Amino acid sequence: MGNWFRASVAGTAVTAAAVVAIIFLGGEPAVSQGPAYQAPRLPGTSNPNLTGLWQAFVTANWDIQDHAADAGPFPRLLGVWGARPAGQGVVEGNEIPYRPEALARKEENFRNRLTVDPDNVNTVGDPEAKCFMPGVPRATYMPFPFQIIQSTEKIVIAYQFANANRTIPIGEATNAPVDFWMGWSNGHWDGDTLVVDVTGFNGLAWFDRAGNYHSDALHVVERYTPMSPDHLMYEATIEDPTVFTRPWKISMPLYRRIEENAQFLEFKCVDLAEEYLYGDLVEGSSQGGAR
Amino acid sequence: MSHRCLTVMGAVFAVVVLAPTFAAAQPTETPASLRTPWGHPDLQGIWNNSTLTRLQRPEELGDKEFLTEEEAAGVEQETIARNELLSNRPAERTTAADQLDSRADGTPGFYNNLWLDRGTTVVATRRTSLIVDPPNGRLPSLTPEAHTRVTSAEADRIEDVRRGRLPATSWEELDLSDRCIWYRGIPSLPTGYNNNYHIVQTPDHVAILQEHIHDVRVIPLDGRAHIAPTIRQYAGDSRGHWEGDTLVVETTGFNNRAIIRGVDGNLSEALHVVERFTRNEADLIDYEFTVVDPKTWTSAWQGSLPMTRTEGPMFEYACHEGNYGLYNILAGSRAEEKAAGGAGK
Repeated sequence: MGNWFRASVAGTAVTAAAVVAIIFLGGEPAVSQGPAYQAPRLPGTSNPNLTGLWQAFVTANWDIQDHAADAGPFPRLLGVWGARPAGQGVVEGNEIPYRPEALARKEENFRNRLTVDPDNVNTVGDPEAKCFMPGVPRATYMPFPFQIIQSTEKIVIAYQFANANRTIPIGEATNAPVDFWMGWSNGHWDGDTLVVDVTGFNGLAWFDRAGNYHSDALHVVERYTPMSPDHLMYEATIEDPTVFTRPWKISMPLYRRIEENAQFLEFKCVDLAEEYLYGDLVEGSSQGGAR
Repeated sequence: MSHRCLTVMGAVFAVVVLAPTFAAAQPTETPASLRTPWGHPDLQGIWNNSTLTRLQRPEELGDKEFLTEEEAAGVEQETIARNELLSNRPAERTTAADQLDSRADGTPGFYNNLWLDRGTTVVATRRTSLIVDPPNGRLPSLTPEAHTRVTSAEADRIEDVRRGRLPATSWEELDLSDRCIWYRGIPSLPTGYNNNYHIVQTPDHVAILQEHIHDVRVIPLDGRAHIAPTIRQYAGDSRGHWEGDTLVVETTGFNNRAIIRGVDGNLSEALHVVERFTRNEADLIDYEFTVVDPKTWTSAWQGSLPMTRTEGPMFEYACHEGNYGLYNILAGSRAEEKAAGGAGK
């Protein structure tokens, strides 16, 4: 940072003015690397204690890239209930480096996002609408809290959405024995940052409602860095050579739910998705037995 | 008012009826090697509670409380022999009439034995049931309300649907496990497969991951109050605390679809469960539980079973994702209706 600062002031007056503006008017940059915050330790260990109920407050679940407000798919039915909020993207540089043929698939995903195809229920339509496990990193920025439970050798992350969860062993990494919706996680500490390397995906999860997707070659490296007693910085590097031309990165702060009574609640959403998935197959329905 | 009344009743039940039997059962202390860095007994690891012992004592055993050593060995040997027979049997196409793979009542669709993992041992005490109280090893009598719930014509019809003897009108008639909503219930009792639990703990929380339908219970240990009774959940609302070296977990706040494996039908919102986890040996957790549901049973009941340490890892159990079984049950039901349509049905 020091080098960058010196280089900037050595440049044009315009650049110098911009730097001054950032320093004096912009306040703290979003990702402060300043005097390192020292998080409380997990008793008996030298590691920061991340246990708590956390939540992202971004609109990335609608679209991880920049997006304006939109009426959503059923304005006549839902009014503004179904609208998409405007939001700034969480992708560094706002560009997802799709291969050309993969971009076409993303657009098709978006068109079919609310299609229920009983013969291809795993591959057509947004998995969120069906209450399928959301995958990683999407589970992190859905509009639901998640609970980190950190012990000495294992860390569990329990997500309210669909009761999805994953176990992160700390230490020697192991290979995914099979494919998973939530991937296969291996964790280690890099100073006060929890680094989680995730592979072993089944390639069926999406990044968002906009149809952004990946294959089973997905490799995610997540970083959870304590910034204050009530904030973590979350960063994830996304690599998937069959879908993207280069690795790319997302980041967002995670906020501790500090309400006195905040706690992990149940969102076993299967029974909330059944009418959507099976509504054509009840007695007397017009399409019953069509399959 | 009624909520508060019920809560108080439940609490009184719990204290008066439940406390005495287990209170004396902690003679040993958890050794230092089985403690976390912060001093709590360390319950962490992957545990399996498969057992050949049934929840209720089989009626034909009458008042026989324990198997003899020979009888227990006989049951275990029989199971091992049957597993061997079935796994060595040459592959062949089975039919609904083939008793080997079909259900006891002859209906088709049961899993091949290869899928099952019921364990090959009875509980170490050789007790003839997991239930230790009532002393007859059987569930207490049903309340009149519950008797109606379980034996009504509608309950019979639903049972026929669930057994494949009648078409399903809607998914709502199928049980929670076929729908992949909630399988294990609380207390968490063994069934035919995936009887695995992963416990991870912190100074102020315990997580119990249940392999079946990838469930996770997040249990606060920090003494906070239960959530308001206006919020009901399939797994209720659990609070834990340490009593000596035993983790005691109390759960209320169930919705009206609560289940316990081995118990017919749904339970009521008044269900109140106390579980006790004690690990005095490296490879064993004593799991004890007390169940009160004054709208279902006329008295409380208690049970006990071992959780034995097992090698990981536990896999992700994706049940609802791609649950073609449910599509096929419903599509099949509609096809049956169509076929019967000509007969004026």
